[in-house]
Amino acid sequence: MPKIPGLVKGLGITLKEMTKTVVKGAETVQYPHEKENPAPRARGVIALHEDNCTSCMLCARECPDWCIYIEGHKELAPPRREGGKPRNVNKLDRFDIDYSLCMYCGICVDVCPFEALFWSPEYEYSEPKIADLLHDKSRLGQWMETVPEFEPYESGSQAKVKKVPRP
Amino acid sequence: MTATSDAQKMQYIAAQAADARVNVELEAEGMTLNIGPQHPATHGTLRIIVRLDGEQVTAVDPILGYMHRGYEKLAEVRTYPQVTTLINRIDWVGSFANEVPFILASEQLMGIEAPERAQWIRTILFEMGRIANIVLFLGDMGVQLGAVTPMFYALRDRELILNQIESATGGRFHPNFNRIGGVKDDLPAGWITDTKTALNKIMDFCQQAEDLIVGNEIFEERTRGIGVIPADVGLAYGLSGANIRASGVDWDIRRDSESPLPYDKVDWKVWTHPDGDSFARYWVRLQEVRESCKIVEQLLDGIPAGPIMAKVPRIIKVPAGEAYVATENPLGQMGFYVVSKGGLEPFRVKIKTASFSNMSITPWLLKGAYVPDVITILASLYFILGDLDR
Amino acid sequence: MTDILLIELAYWQESILKLIFGFAVVLLPAGITVYLYLFKMVSFMQSRLGPMEAGPYGSLQLLAEVGKSAQKEDIFPEKADRFVYAAAPYVVLVSTFLLVLVVPFGPDAMFVNFDTGIFFALAVSSLSVIGILMAGWASASKYSLLGGLRAAGQLIAYELPLVLAVVGVVIQAGTLNMSRIVEAQIEGEIFGWGALGNPYILTQFVGFFIFMVAVQAELTQGPFDMPVAESELVAGYMTEYSGFRFLMFFIGEFATANIFAFLGATLFLGGWAVPPFVTDMFNLDPYSNLFNFIGPIIMIVKMLLITFVVYWVRFTYPRFREDQLQRFAWKFLIPLALINIAITGVAKVVF
Repeated sequence: MPKIPGLVKGLGITLKEMTKTVVKGAETVQYPHEKENPAPRARGVIALHEDNCTSCMLCARECPDWCIYIEGHKELAPPRREGGKPRNVNKLDRFDIDYSLCMYCGICVDVCPFEALFWSPEYEYSEPKIADLLHDKSRLGQWMETVPEFEPYESGSQAKVKKVPRP
Repeated sequence: MTATSDAQKMQYIAAQAADARVNVELEAEGMTLNIGPQHPATHGTLRIIVRLDGEQVTAVDPILGYMHRGYEKLAEVRTYPQVTTLINRIDWVGSFANEVPFILASEQLMGIEAPERAQWIRTILFEMGRIANIVLFLGDMGVQLGAVTPMFYALRDRELILNQIESATGGRFHPNFNRIGGVKDDLPAGWITDTKTALNKIMDFCQQAEDLIVGNEIFEERTRGIGVIPADVGLAYGLSGANIRASGVDWDIRRDSESPLPYDKVDWKVWTHPDGDSFARYWVRLQEVRESCKIVEQLLDGIPAGPIMAKVPRIIKVPAGEAYVATENPLGQMGFYVVSKGGLEPFRVKIKTASFSNMSITPWLLKGAYVPDVITILASLYFILGDLDR
Repeated sequence: MTDILLIELAYWQESILKLIFGFAVVLLPAGITVYLYLFKMVSFMQSRLGPMEAGPYGSLQLLAEVGKSAQKEDIFPEKADRFVYAAAPYVVLVSTFLLVLVVPFGPDAMFVNFDTGIFFALAVSSLSVIGILMAGWASASKYSLLGGLRAAGQLIAYELPLVLAVVGVVIQAGTLNMSRIVEAQIEGEIFGWGALGNPYILTQFVGFFIFMVAVQAELTQGPFDMPVAESELVAGYMTEYSGFRFLMFFIGEFATANIFAFLGATLFLGGWAVPPFVTDMFNLDPYSNLFNFIGPIIMIVKMLLITFVVYWVRFTYPRFREDQLQRFAWKFLIPLALINIAITGVAKVVF
């Protein structure tokens, strides 16, 4: 069988791709009408679980862009049991993440010792005004609803699957 | 600092502008063409001033620095995890591959060895970054030469690799997955089977690229004998990676240097080509993608069980010292020279990138080439501007 | 014209009708091919769907493009020669409109019935070279100049194979008149079997191949698009044009492709006629008035077939370098065409 010259084979490949698209459909997704689902671990937006946060400021310090703004005050909370003395607790006043600066690196989520920050794969939060990209405490708390559960690991892994705190 | 007067400022600006302006009128001895910072052929903002005699090049002057982002200066004022985040963006196509030499150098300084499972996961993602990068090259060289269709096949099949990187690390292009002492998280269930499916698709794409581009007689005519780099000239200019392997030099850092990454536990080979022309560079990279697929499949079959992170203190303070680690990145040899004075931040990070050396050969290589060949040669040398300018 | 429409028309009314038809014939198929091939076929070959938002399945995308180009700023480069720069697209379009004059769309449906039809067509198609050179020089930009020079060299080099390929057809038909070439194909016979007529693609397949390659090069398409090499010269001689002038070049390119395809269909595929066995089946007269109305549709179908091949090749192959292109024309195509002519001449005398 004589060797088909590469030119003809090339034409055959494009024709085959064309018929495949006509018969089976394209490989692209028509965005506003159909949407792809990113992976559960995709870094879309950061969600805050306020009850765990003690305003230790580690995330704000470690952020490479300094895009987290935290303000808190100390309060006296009632003692845990009878006859004890009142405890000092930190109460969060303000926890803002400025998504116009955020690099989506995840250092804040990693570094938080109390597991108050979580990744969520939501990506459709673009705004016409840049100032609206500063998400405040309540909005960050709303993103918690979109945080998926942590997936089980591959076999052979010794890591433990963490749980996402739900209200 | 003496204050400069307004007249001096205007003079300076005018001199710079005159320097940068390239004359429109035809000059007597030859035409100066500015393959300027905005151009479809240069992979980013690269400026090459070319002196032409008709359609032949007589002199070439590449002007770099349009994309300089100051990585080495930034690294002096960032902590180690923050530097890891930043250096993801040096070679933005070969995602994971940028982090590896820096983390290996830092681990050498701290005297920590990452556990075996972490090293295997690192190597798998490293090779996947290589596949993503070189598949883009396979399509891109077709576009530079005029074949617009294979690029779409390359992008389509590369999506699968990027999706796999995303499901493991969270980011497609900037995984930020390495940590000093291991990797950040373990692989999700089902990842291994999905990755194997993606790799099969990539092998199919390699076959398509071979039929559509390598087998194409027009492509062969455009690239055979164009931009021949003899091995000794290549080594003198510091070429690395596929560029020097296409000139016949059998050198691959993965095999030839000591590293904790498990390349010696898998069965793979290094591809070379004796010709040293643009066709050889394309062909060697095509074979490298296939070889990477084989490496990843073997690694996926044999991941050892175990922890993914060594015992590392929460706040990372690296003891004083210096370390240099070079790895075989998709673009060539990338090396990080980390100097630490015992603080939270490195004292100095010197980044040696492959594209810079690849670019240094162009004044020698492009002399006497035709204008279309300039594009072919630049495309076959394959540099990414982020890698070139840092 | 009167015998087509069966009514008496004054000369000036006929001229206006011909003017409208002229524009329609040039612009309408250009619009169809742009949509079908440039938007849809290339997208399907690249595993994507192409424009889908403007109109159902993106059919009104060309309208959107025309509107967009029309409202753009009319840019003149600082050092450009204003008159030459402005006139260049129109010169290219003039050659396109002149080409369409001689194509027969039916037994009587044609604009002018020249006796030297094909000769006129080939002569007039070289006018576009002037327009391209004007565009390249007047843009006062080195990229445009390089593009214009490359284009001039290429177009002149590929004129010869085009002409020589057609000469084979002319020898076989015995006439330069386009309608009589079509008639010769209808009435011809292949070794005594007249059911298919004698479309010259069967005997002149070498000529057809050379014709297709030369057409691809004349349109600066596909493997021969050095003058417009997008990744090197941005857009070659069209770099400095924007808005409506760029649209003229663009539409001119597609319209010329269509008209060359019409020419190819007439010369090689039998023009506006269907194979005789079809007309025998329905007991039709191939020269009846019916074919004046069906003829254009048949021509469009044949034109779509030929342009499909043209664009298929364009989107698959990388491009030739300028000297390889010239070598291909002068050292391969022209000798092949000459051999074809020699064999045709001998065969015509013998058979």
